[in-house]
Amino acid sequence: MGKGKLKIVLAGNPNCGKSSLFNQLTGLKQKITNVPGTTIENKVGLFAVGEQKIELIDTPGTYSFNPKSLDEKEAVKVFFEDPAPDTILYIADAANLKRNLFYFSQLAQHKLPMVLVLNMLDIADFKGLEIDIDRLQKELGIRVYKINARTGEGTSELKSVLAQEQFVSHYAFGSEDDHTHETHYDAISKLLNKTTILKSKRELVSNKIDAYATHPILGYLMFLAVLLIIFQSVFALASYPMDWIEQGFSIFSEFLSGVLPDGWLKKLFINGIVAGVAGVVIFVPQIAILFFFMGLLEDTGYMARVSFIMDKMLRGIGLSGKSVVPLLSGAACAIPAIMSTRNIENWKDRLITIMVTPLMSCSARLPVYTLLISMAIPSTLIAGFINLQALVMLAMYVLGTVASLVAAVVFKWIIKHDIPSYFIMELPIYHAPRWKNIWMNCWQKSLSFVKEAGKVILIVSVVLWFLASYGPKDNETFSIQDSPTLEHSYAGHFGKVIEPSIKPLGFNWKIGIALITSFAAREVFVGTMSTIYSVDDEENFEQIREKMNKDTLANGEPVYSLAVVLSLMVFYAFAMQCMSTLAVVYKETKSWKWPAIQFVYMTALAYVSSWVVFNVFG
Amino acid sequence: MRLTELHIGQIARISSLEDSPFKEKLQEMGCIPGVLVKPILRAPFGDPIAYELEEYTLSMRNKEAFSVIVKPLDPLFNSK
Repeated sequence: MGKGKLKIVLAGNPNCGKSSLFNQLTGLKQKITNVPGTTIENKVGLFAVGEQKIELIDTPGTYSFNPKSLDEKEAVKVFFEDPAPDTILYIADAANLKRNLFYFSQLAQHKLPMVLVLNMLDIADFKGLEIDIDRLQKELGIRVYKINARTGEGTSELKSVLAQEQFVSHYAFGSEDDHTHETHYDAISKLLNKTTILKSKRELVSNKIDAYATHPILGYLMFLAVLLIIFQSVFALASYPMDWIEQGFSIFSEFLSGVLPDGWLKKLFINGIVAGVAGVVIFVPQIAILFFFMGLLEDTGYMARVSFIMDKMLRGIGLSGKSVVPLLSGAACAIPAIMSTRNIENWKDRLITIMVTPLMSCSARLPVYTLLISMAIPSTLIAGFINLQALVMLAMYVLGTVASLVAAVVFKWIIKHDIPSYFIMELPIYHAPRWKNIWMNCWQKSLSFVKEAGKVILIVSVVLWFLASYGPKDNETFSIQDSPTLEHSYAGHFGKVIEPSIKPLGFNWKIGIALITSFAAREVFVGTMSTIYSVDDEENFEQIREKMNKDTLANGEPVYSLAVVLSLMVFYAFAMQCMSTLAVVYKETKSWKWPAIQFVYMTALAYVSSWVVFNVFG
Repeated sequence: MRLTELHIGQIARISSLEDSPFKEKLQEMGCIPGVLVKPILRAPFGDPIAYELEEYTLSMRNKEAFSVIVKPLDPLFNSK
């Protein structure tokens, strides 16, 4: 074929092995692209068969070709844009052919060249289903292949075939003016009657596991245990790589300070750029672990069971069983969590989930809590084995979760929507984890976090460094090392301007600076504190804490009393301090109205709650 | 008879779907007249319920299942 690059689009239902096949065909050469102007993400991978280069575009798994929302309309454009795809590679779960062929039949209706691959034949075989491939090829008029996307069996043969010219299916799934769902299903049934035989019917293990996973008592206990394992890993396991990263950056700063000549450039590099980058990278272990577990739960099919058993409870407060995934992911990062609300079909359910997810304690709040807890809460043991600091940390997570559930009830009341909520969801059969997919997913999502959050935090760090290092008077440079001069820097001025408004919460102008910078991203708090209290030292938790603890009010009392620290923690728990999240909410809701409401309600909630906490403990 | 009226394990054939905002979604998921359906799993509190649809398991709330009209297979064969 005398063409530069073949364009092949991969399509199929959810849970049919599409990602596995994509990974098998493209290996590591893939990237995620955003369909311009939408939230739809297409993965693009490249591979070659001999001289022929092939571009493989993955599309989101869906049950039908039925663009309803604006986004879905954009998503299907990939099938019709210029240049048109050379082939649609359709992957179907052989054990579930009737429903899998429905989306196929809708694509076939558009007369595009197609190849059909059948996956999960082992399960079809177990179910006693036999498929006559030759007959299926003849009836459809296109190539049909058997593969095992998990092991890669059959994919090398498929690769070489993909370089060839493909055919348009001539099977009539409907007629000129009759393309109703019933007609298509009717045609599929007729096709399958000719090409498949069901020999026996055996019960799958899935049904037996489900007896436990959805049990009224055991089911919830199991879910709770899973959550405990995940959070234990996030806190305990991640602390090792986080220590390495911290040490690594500390060594790197020392190296830089030895190499670079003294002056503003050196300070910009060490205290602005390196500190900023370190602030992002430090979160990667926690986020990666959370993404890993989320991927594992989704891939094995357990997450669908969690949605199934949680639906009834969440329905009462305006959410749905499908809100479980976003809410849990919100404990890692609200950005991917909000993106994962796309599989909630009902707009109101989805909107409420989007609005309340940022109240879940994301990992960016973690370093803020860690620093503050270590300052004000003694590390004493309760009942002999429960660490008080850990207990307070847990309480912050519970606080975030309760707040998001309460907020959901309020939004359920306020938001009006005509289309009633519904919950129609496949319970996929259980799979052993497909590690490659899970790692790939974990890697790509962590990487995009570093890129997205990194941009913002880096800019903020540099701007902050400038604001803290320079003051308005005579363009004089201030050395921040001696604290009094920070008062006269730009940052100090800003802090003082807002001081009257945050005084009722127990905050001084230094905290004011941190609040301002944190409106870009919460984790900037720690960096800001280190800038304010120890600009020339490399970021060191212990040192920041010591210096903060020594800071006193005019009357000699410490600035960071228990009341102030608790008030500050509650403020960070509720306030909308993440520009990236607001940007994602705008993208997902296609309107500035919702991010604006979110910003106002969360900040108001934070202000009032902090005020209450400060006055109760003060 | 409605889908919600079947007991766990009882097999029926879908005869029609009532008009509803989710009718199309049900059809896309394979709830089509003529298809065999069997309730297999009840979530805690009795809602939603998972149904075996010939080839796979679909879960839905009772409100959705109420709109699906079914005809049980031979009642003698199905009695507990």
